[in-house]
Amino acid sequence: MDIFFLLSKTILVVLIFTISLVVAMYSTLAERKVAAFLQDRIGPNRAGPLGILQPLADGLKFFFKEEIIPNASSKFLFIAGPGIAMMTATMTSAVIPWGEPLTIAGRQVSLQVADINIGILYIFGVVSLGVYGVMIGGWASNNKFSLLGAVRASSQMISYELAMGMSVIALLMITGSLSLKTIVEQQSGWHWNVIYQPLGFLIFIVCAFAECNRSPFDLAECESELVGGYHTEYSSMKLGFYLFAEYINMFISSAVISTLYFGGYNFPFIHSLGLSPNWLSIVGVVVFFAKISFFIFFFMWVRWTIPRFRYDQLMKLGWQVLLPLSIINILLTGGAMAFFK
Amino acid sequence: MEPLTNRSKTLVRKPMNLAERAYLPVIVGGMAITMKHFFRKKATIQYPEVKREFAPVYRGVHILKRDENGAERCTACGLCALSCPAEAITMTAAERKPGEELLYREEKYAAVYEINMLRCIFCGLCEEACPKEAIFLSDSIAIANYDREGLVYGKDRLVEPMDPKGHINTVEEAERQKWFKSR
Repeated sequence: MDIFFLLSKTILVVLIFTISLVVAMYSTLAERKVAAFLQDRIGPNRAGPLGILQPLADGLKFFFKEEIIPNASSKFLFIAGPGIAMMTATMTSAVIPWGEPLTIAGRQVSLQVADINIGILYIFGVVSLGVYGVMIGGWASNNKFSLLGAVRASSQMISYELAMGMSVIALLMITGSLSLKTIVEQQSGWHWNVIYQPLGFLIFIVCAFAECNRSPFDLAECESELVGGYHTEYSSMKLGFYLFAEYINMFISSAVISTLYFGGYNFPFIHSLGLSPNWLSIVGVVVFFAKISFFIFFFMWVRWTIPRFRYDQLMKLGWQVLLPLSIINILLTGGAMAFFK
Repeated sequence: MEPLTNRSKTLVRKPMNLAERAYLPVIVGGMAITMKHFFRKKATIQYPEVKREFAPVYRGVHILKRDENGAERCTACGLCALSCPAEAITMTAAERKPGEELLYREEKYAAVYEINMLRCIFCGLCEEACPKEAIFLSDSIAIANYDREGLVYGKDRLVEPMDPKGHINTVEEAERQKWFKSR
């Protein structure tokens, strides 16, 4: 535990934290831009060139808004809710390998905060904690719409976590490791897991939409039925925290999808470029972020295309379609592994 | 029963096949449609910089015209006020003094001419009633104010402004004449 190690980890943690906040910030602008473009509009373009300063203006607005805490709410939990949502959203990024190790002054600097050997389990654990933010906030508001939104969010997350876990089990049968670092390293070149696990990927991405409370599964904040869902009573930056946490979750799940199924920082012909290892890892990081950006775009693209599911349809899809399908996927994977070995 | 038109269609309610029940093919189709719109030309007109083009006969805010010498055409005959179905126009007539020939075309002119924009329905009947071609509805649409008094437009805002050279903008007028002739 020398000083260099501590320093490099601290810098990495701060850097990743900042990057996820900035990405989330600009996702809000990207969301509005993508929505506009898919609807033949231009979108926000007044604050700075091409609307670049729009997220700053939005953030400033959140800070200046009046903060309302309902009298009948339980105040501590009401304040704790958004904090928990935000904290769990930013915690997940710790185990994601952002690139190959850099060599600085003869030392290896890993671009992963913690290479724990249960990386995927850690992500699942933290993500399922994320529902507490929504649940506590919705319950503490003392409002029937908030409570309904919170109940919907929690039951939806529990239902879809199951199918998600099952689809990852099939992946783990192939990789034989829970460490995200090992999973990425196995996918060098074109050996992306999506080729071996197309069905698993499909199940995983559908569940990721549900886990992020994103359309078409955004029933927890379904405006036409529940006013604002679990954040009906929230205002000012507390509301901002909830919305922000949603975008950070989107960023992290895009990162997880790219890591698990699309080779992380690997790309084809990586070794025929003839670059030095440091440059290679930087290019790898750029490629990884390109993949993440694509999936963030994909999240938005889906949101502005597909209408919202009805609640019974959502439950039916989760329990009667995705769960059996993921079990079948496990069987198929096992069969294929036994056949080809 | 014999159908009245041939537009009716028989509803086919056969059970969905597997591809339809899986939703995914239609979802892919829908996403292809939205992606097509992503690259399509945008319908937005960036308003304050770019203004939408109106038809030459568009009925916006009124304008009181001047003649080719820059004198006001209105003689305060009151036909516009009479024709107005919303009773939005009021005016006070006055007699032209000697030496005011360049300001007012006829011996009688409107000393006060007010249109209440809250009452006006922009029907254009004043324009049709005017025997002197003095009042027209322009293509200006920006009517906004903080109080009701501010929406009673007087001569200061209705009379066509003179440009420094002293002659009036005739491009719009020529356009209008051309359109009327083509009918």
